[in-house]
Amino acid sequence: MIPTIPQNPLIRVAYGAYVALFFLYLALPLTVVAVFAFNDSQFPSLPWEGFTLGWFFGSERPVIGVFHEDPILRAIGTSVTIGLAVSTLSVAVGTTNAFLFNRYQFRGRGLLYVLMLLPLVIPGIVLGISILVFSSTLANSAWDAAEIDLQALRPGLVLVILGQFSFVTTIATLVIAARLQKFDRTLEEAALNLGANHLTAVRTITLPYLAPAMIGAFVVSFLMSFENFNTTLMLVGSDSPLTIAMFDRLKLGSTPLLNAVSLLLMLGSSVLALLMIAFQRRS
Amino acid sequence: MLCRAGAVTRMRAGQKLGLILLLTPLLLWLSLLIIIPHIDLFLLSLRERVGVRQYETSLANYTTILTEPLYMVTFARTAIMSILATALTLLIAFPVSYYIAKMVRGRARSVLFLMCLIPFWVSELVRTFGWMILLRESGVISGLLQWAGLAAGPVEMLYNDASIMVGLVYTSMLFMVVPLVTTLDSLDDAVIEAGYDLGGSGPSILREIVIPHAVPGIVSGSIVVFMLSLGNYLTPTMLGGKDSLWFTQMIYSQFIVRFNWELGAAFGFMLLVLSSLIVWVVLRMTGQTLEKTMG
Repeated sequence: MIPTIPQNPLIRVAYGAYVALFFLYLALPLTVVAVFAFNDSQFPSLPWEGFTLGWFFGSERPVIGVFHEDPILRAIGTSVTIGLAVSTLSVAVGTTNAFLFNRYQFRGRGLLYVLMLLPLVIPGIVLGISILVFSSTLANSAWDAAEIDLQALRPGLVLVILGQFSFVTTIATLVIAARLQKFDRTLEEAALNLGANHLTAVRTITLPYLAPAMIGAFVVSFLMSFENFNTTLMLVGSDSPLTIAMFDRLKLGSTPLLNAVSLLLMLGSSVLALLMIAFQRRS
Repeated sequence: MLCRAGAVTRMRAGQKLGLILLLTPLLLWLSLLIIIPHIDLFLLSLRERVGVRQYETSLANYTTILTEPLYMVTFARTAIMSILATALTLLIAFPVSYYIAKMVRGRARSVLFLMCLIPFWVSELVRTFGWMILLRESGVISGLLQWAGLAAGPVEMLYNDASIMVGLVYTSMLFMVVPLVTTLDSLDDAVIEAGYDLGGSGPSILREIVIPHAVPGIVSGSIVVFMLSLGNYLTPTMLGGKDSLWFTQMIYSQFIVRFNWELGAAFGFMLLVLSSLIVWVVLRMTGQTLEKTMG
């Protein structure tokens, strides 16, 4: 069935209706989360008690808004810190990986490429526990051998960053490698002919060409880190990032405060995603 | 002549240095964060505690799992429900992807595609929370049913296997739609027209032309969706009931609640083996490779 071939109009309408229904299904959960952020009630559920902005700006019990709720604000700060660290590391390693697979033929290249893809097919929770187990092994042996207490290897920020980095790097590599693949090598050769050395050619010609992909990979990595749950859950210490903090609250019962946080999250990630798409279009 | 040979060796040396410099981060990342931790996890799963800080190498953890019906039932349940979720996601996503790839053109098409993507830039937690608000006893759907007179009292639709399924399908939809749209997009309209010219009907063209062409997309979408469902913790925990156990919950409880890391490691390793096995079987059956479907 394609538009150029005449079709029974009934089937066509039914098909369109199905697609419309699908988009309703996609939009429904997010819409209710957003709408109930404005409900003037202690629970994010019907009945509708009237419109309020209290869950954003409220400062007195029982309605304390997002902007006055310190644990949530702290959790957002933690998430941003983790996200920036993970994206920086992933884009750096992703770039070197992309150059490696694009420019060099060496023994074991195929095997390394498959290994590089592997984190995509390892369940996040298994990735989390394996890193937890290994870092504890290291920390315990350091203690047994020399009584050195390696706090960084106990559950906490460093482990969360390493855990997320371990699989986000694969995504960053794929994004950057895809653009490097399209690069016209003769441009680099021209620079070499004009007397540039290899490093200068890469720095002044190839890296600027790669910049959109690197920025794209940075944003994607940041969003993946920000919303990661499974791997983080196993590695988290005392200072929880936002997803874990919200999960802990949700287990206790929800208030529209969580809706307000969610709505801000939606706005934040849509703006980032749209900016990225606009940026990609332009370049 | 000699001078040129020197330049070539210098080039070679430079190349070698470059290779080593680029290889180092890759090898550090893969060995320290992927390979060695998984070997360590496996070794831990082979350890049996026989006394205070005394351990022996044995298969005790695995025999515990194999002989305890609850563990095996949960294991099988998780696998079967993940396969079902994958199949459902494929069934729901395929017509939509075909619509986006073939039925609409130009701007409408990018808008529809973008609308598919946007929900997934939001945390899985928020999406799950949305379904809780919709489905629970005091939720929106229950309220609507009562308002319409279709239900006498509040209806509880949360905390059962169906709600887990709704959540799983929703959460992984994107990872099916994107590869499907990409592969269907590469199918030339002329091929479909030719199919009609040769007397094919809608269903036969779907079977003979469209689906065979879409196999790479179907495979990569299915693998990712299956993996995400199998490894999901949030959806079964938030949307599932007390009896609807998920394998990841058992890993979590052994590690964090009971502090029995040896058994938890064995659980984790079984999950890893199961997922790798199914991915491998699917790739073999369809003649695809990991490089082609993921890279």
